[in-house]
Amino acid sequence: MKFTLIGKHETDSRANRDAYVDAMQEMMAKDPKLCHIDCDLYGCINTGKLEKAFPKQTFNAGIAEQNAMGIAAGLTATGRTVFMHSFGCFSSRRAFDQAFMSCAYAQLPVHVLGSDPGVCAAYNGGTHMPFEDMALYMAIPDAVVIDPTDYAMLYDVTKKLAASGKFSFNRMIRKGVTKVYDDGADFEIGKGVTLKDGKDVTIIASGIMVDEALKAEETLAAEGISAKVVDMFTWKPIDEELIVASAKETGCIVTAENHQVKCGLGSAVAQVVAKNVPVPMEMIGIEDRFGQVGAQKFLQEEYGLTASHIVEAAKKAVSRK
Amino acid sequence: MQKEKLKELRVFAEEIRVETLKTIGSLGFGHVGGSMSIVETLAVLYGDVMKVDPKNPRWEDRDWCVMSKGHAGPAMYATLGLKGFYPVTDAYTLNQPHTNFPSHTDRTKTPGIDLTTGSLGQGMSSAVGAALGNKMDGRNSHTFVFVGDGEADEGQVWEGAQFAAHYKLNNLICFVDSNKRQLDGTVDTIMSHGKGLGAKFDAFGWNVIDVADGNDVEQIWNAVQQAYQSDAAPTCIILNTVKGKGCTFAEPSGAHSSQPTKEQWDEAIAAAEARLAEVKAQ
Ligand SMILES: Cc1ncc(C[n+]2csc(CCOP(=O)(O)OP(=O)(O)O)c2C)c(N)n1
Repeated sequence: MKFTLIGKHETDSRANRDAYVDAMQEMMAKDPKLCHIDCDLYGCINTGKLEKAFPKQTFNAGIAEQNAMGIAAGLTATGRTVFMHSFGCFSSRRAFDQAFMSCAYAQLPVHVLGSDPGVCAAYNGGTHMPFEDMALYMAIPDAVVIDPTDYAMLYDVTKKLAASGKFSFNRMIRKGVTKVYDDGADFEIGKGVTLKDGKDVTIIASGIMVDEALKAEETLAAEGISAKVVDMFTWKPIDEELIVASAKETGCIVTAENHQVKCGLGSAVAQVVAKNVPVPMEMIGIEDRFGQVGAQKFLQEEYGLTASHIVEAAKKAVSRK
Repeated sequence: MQKEKLKELRVFAEEIRVETLKTIGSLGFGHVGGSMSIVETLAVLYGDVMKVDPKNPRWEDRDWCVMSKGHAGPAMYATLGLKGFYPVTDAYTLNQPHTNFPSHTDRTKTPGIDLTTGSLGQGMSSAVGAALGNKMDGRNSHTFVFVGDGEADEGQVWEGAQFAAHYKLNNLICFVDSNKRQLDGTVDTIMSHGKGLGAKFDAFGWNVIDVADGNDVEQIWNAVQQAYQSDAAPTCIILNTVKGKGCTFAEPSGAHSSQPTKEQWDEAIAAAEARLAEVKAQ
C-alpha cells in the first residue's frame, strides 16, 4: 500500500467513471481476453470509448441485465476476464440470481460494476437508488465487495480486481468526486487505509463518506476530540486486524456509509467488534428507509450522511465509553 | 371519429406537449425524448377512451394505465394534471425535495399513477397482474401499458406477454413506443428485434396492430377501437413514433435525455405553444 492523502475536500475535475475506462483501456490493449459487457448504458459511464477502441472485447447487451450477467458467466468460462456493468440497482437487485448462481456459485469470477451507488442515484430517484447492493453481494460466499473512494482508487482497484481471479462487486460513481488520494495510489484488497491517527474515537468510512469523515475529524479536533479516520473501501474481505487495533486504541467506533446500516458497513464492522473487542459503536447510514428523488446534497442531509452527523455520532460514542 | 373530437384530441396532445416541456424545463434536464413520443397516445387515452375519475383516482371500475417505460413520467404528470387530478403546475416540482413527481412514475406519490415503474420491464408484468385481477373481478375495465422498444430487450416483457396470452387477457392493451431509439443509440444498432416487435408479439399469441404514424391521434384512436374488438387475446399496438417529437432541441438529435440551455428551453416551449395555437385555430 502506498498513497498520498490530499484531503483538501476539492472535487476532482475529471469524471470518476473515466478512472474505470482508463484502467480498462490500458489493460485491454495488453490482454485480448479482457472484456466489458454493458446494458444500454455506454452513454452513462463512457464505455462507448472502450467499444470504439476494442470492439471485439466490448459488448452491449441492451436493456437486459440478467442476460448480460449470464453472458458474462459464459464468457468467463471460456477463459476471459469480464466486467459487467449496469446502474447499481440493476446490477445487484435485477440480476442477482444470475450473479449468484451462474457466476459466483459456478466459480466463474465475473466482476460486477454498479454505478450511481446510494444517494448518488440522485435525480433518478427511489426506484434507482441502491441502499442494499453491497448487502446483497456481501452475502455471497467469498465475494470481493468494494466501495471505492475516488478516481485514484477506482483506477487502482479496477486493475487489482482484474488480476484477482475473484468474483467481485464494485461500486462506481459517475461524476466528479472529492479527491482524497493523489494519482498513482496503490491499495490492497482486504486492507483498510488509515488516513488520520487519533486516540479518542475511530471513524470507519467508505465511498463518499470518506471525505465527510475527514471533515468531521477537523471539527472534532477543534473541539479537542482526537479522531482516527479509516477508509474501509474493502467491505469484504474486511480488515479485521485494523478494526480490532483501532477499537483497542480509541475505545469506540463510528461507521459511515452511503448504504443502509442493516447488513452494511456498520453491521460488518460490528461483527468484528462484537467478537473481538466489544466497544461502543455508532453507525451513520440509511436507517431502514427507501430512496427518493433529489439532488445528492439534499439527499445526504435527508438521510444524515454528512460530516456534522458523523461529529454528533462521534461525541455520542465517546460519551458511551 | 367526429371532427370536433379529433380536434379536441389534437389540442389536448399539444397541451400535454407544452406542459411536459414546462415540467421538465422547471428542473432544466430530463427524459425529454421518450416523453415527447407518446403525448398523442396519452391524449387519446385520457382525452377520450379511458374511464377515470380525477376526483377518485383509485376508483375501482376505472381503466388502468401503466407507464412501464417509467422515465416518461413527466408526460404522465402533464396529462394527469391537465385532466384535473391536481393542478398541472404541481408537476413543476419535478425532482425537487419531497416532490410527488419523481423522474419515474410512482403509485405511492402521484394521484392517478396506478403502478410503480422505473426498472424497465417490470411495469409489463404488473400491468398483466392488474388486468388479470380486474378480469377476475368481472370489471369492465381495460389496462393500458406503455413499453419502450428498448425496454423490450428485457426478458420480463416477454414473460409478461406469454402470461397475458396464456390467460387470454383481452382487457390488456400494450402500446409499444417504437421510436427506434434507446439510450445508447438506435434499437437496430444496440439490440435488434429479429423479425420485428410486431412479429414477436404475434408469435406470442397477441393480436397486433401496426400504427403507421404513432404521433397521429386519429390513427391511434382507430387502433384502440380495433383492439376493443379482440375477444380472446391481448392486443399490442405498435406505435411508429419519433423520439423527441415536436421538441426543437430533442427531435433533431433523438436524444434520450437532454440538458439544454435556458435559451433552448425557451425556444422549445415557445415553439410548442405556437403549435398549440395553430392546432386550436385550425
Ligand atoms: C432495468 C433497467 N435497466 C436500465 C435502465 C436505464 N434506462 C432508462 S431509460 C433507458 C432506455 C430506454 O429505451 P426505450 O425503452 O426505447 O425508451 P424510450 O426511447 O421510449 O425513451 C435505459 C437503458 C432502467 N431504467 N431500467
